[in-house]
Amino acid sequence: MSEKTARFVYADNAATTPVSPEVLEAMLPFLKEKYGNPSSLYSVAREAASAVEDARAKIAGLLGAKPNEIYFTASGSEADNWAIKGAARANMAKGRHIVTSKIEHHAVLHTCEALEKEGFEVTYLPVDSEGIVDPDEFRKALRPDTVLAAIMYANNEIGTIQPIKELAAIAHERKIPFFTDAVQAVGHIPVNVAELGVDMLALSGHKINAPKGIGALYIKAGTRIKNLIDGGGQERGRRAGTENVPYIVGLARALEIAFARIPELERVRALRDRLIDGILSTIPYSRLNGSREKRLPGNVNVAFEFIEGESLVLLLDSVGICASTGSACSTASLEPSHVLLAIGLPHEKAHGSLRLSLSHGNTDEDVDYILEKLPPLVERLRAMSPLYEEFMRGEKIFKV
Amino acid sequence: MAMLYSQKVMDHFANPRNVGEIPDADAVGEVGNAVCGDIMKMYLKIDKETETITDVKFKTFGCGAAIATSSMATELIKGKTIKEALQLTNKAVIEALDGLPPAKIHCSVLAEEAVKAAIADYYRKQGREIDFDLGCGGDCEHCGH
Repeated sequence: MSEKTARFVYADNAATTPVSPEVLEAMLPFLKEKYGNPSSLYSVAREAASAVEDARAKIAGLLGAKPNEIYFTASGSEADNWAIKGAARANMAKGRHIVTSKIEHHAVLHTCEALEKEGFEVTYLPVDSEGIVDPDEFRKALRPDTVLAAIMYANNEIGTIQPIKELAAIAHERKIPFFTDAVQAVGHIPVNVAELGVDMLALSGHKINAPKGIGALYIKAGTRIKNLIDGGGQERGRRAGTENVPYIVGLARALEIAFARIPELERVRALRDRLIDGILSTIPYSRLNGSREKRLPGNVNVAFEFIEGESLVLLLDSVGICASTGSACSTASLEPSHVLLAIGLPHEKAHGSLRLSLSHGNTDEDVDYILEKLPPLVERLRAMSPLYEEFMRGEKIFKV
Repeated sequence: MAMLYSQKVMDHFANPRNVGEIPDADAVGEVGNAVCGDIMKMYLKIDKETETITDVKFKTFGCGAAIATSSMATELIKGKTIKEALQLTNKAVIEALDGLPPAKIHCSVLAEEAVKAAIADYYRKQGREIDFDLGCGGDCEHCGH
């Protein structure tokens, strides 16, 4: 690999994003001299308290909510846990049934599984081959004893976007609270809670150029929800823990920038489309996973037959490209991505999947570089693959 | 989930030894399953008089560890007798690679089983009884991984 052609291309923005300079700048004073605890009575503390409330108001404004409907958490996962466990447990008198989807993030799925152990019953709705929940299937799944519906706005692996407004309206026909994990959606597609009609919404800072370790949960006023974290009364007595002032300030600044830059995502979408078209046209036996249209502007997820994803990701790393895979080999369990299985991919194709996720930080040169480097690497792995060898000889036909 | 591959593993992954096929192989063994995400195929050329493995080639569908372990396994058996090759254990492969993350130990087991599958094929072709344990049968119920 010549030094001249080597580039660093970060194409894993769905995993995490770098902290932007503006966000870091906004945070620094609160990591340095403005270190007060917002609950204390003196001036350096009052400053911190104001900063938190300003951040809250800013975020509320951007999302179409009221400030007292925004609560800060330590992560998107915490927001998911709180929304689901909190709402389910608060409504136990009404029933013990929850409706969610098969393609939710593990923070939702494993939370639901934990509730199953507490005596709740959960329906995990399938998705179609495009990765979309069917509103009619959703309606049919709702029961008199359903106390919560939880459907993610946009999927982290295949980028597909759910018809949240329609689903929330269906849930409300039956007076069922509707929660959406919008961790991958916020900053990538318009998100307005009043418009969507959701009762709760989760978001995460490190997906939008804020640091890791901060998230938020929108809880519509009047929603019944128990606390997850009890203690000193912060966040209106609903989520204890001394407020993470610098990160809250950073989150608000990050959201402000992200929302302002949504129109610029047209450029990212064009990059994505060029990347998808380039990959599908130059690499045989490849297919796009998930809907082409109802898709996040930066998400590319492709299945390559006859090869395995972790080895492709490692080879891409050796030429400076950061990406991820739905292969089992790359997870702690030996199961491939539940999302890819849910859209009907056979195991071997799920193992051979690659996710590239672009953002404002990516350029045309990045896409050119990926399109230059990726095909030979796929070829190299295919040349080593017994499956490819047998397929080319017509020896074995792929079976699920 | 942190996954640290040793330098030796990364070397065998990036520069695998003995990749390919042997068209007139004396033995071919294939183990694993696309469903579980790991398939290794080994070709052997065996000198009948000395029962020495004179050439070995492999192909693998699998992760970094899968490729590295199969590459290392071929290096360890090349030039050895069948009897010696049958004694190759996954532990020897792991040691030769300076270790594997716990989640990847099963790849080394598959490499050992690929060698045995190839030798079993040789025995079958000779009409000899297979007097050793094969491990992976290639169907997922068997897979204790």
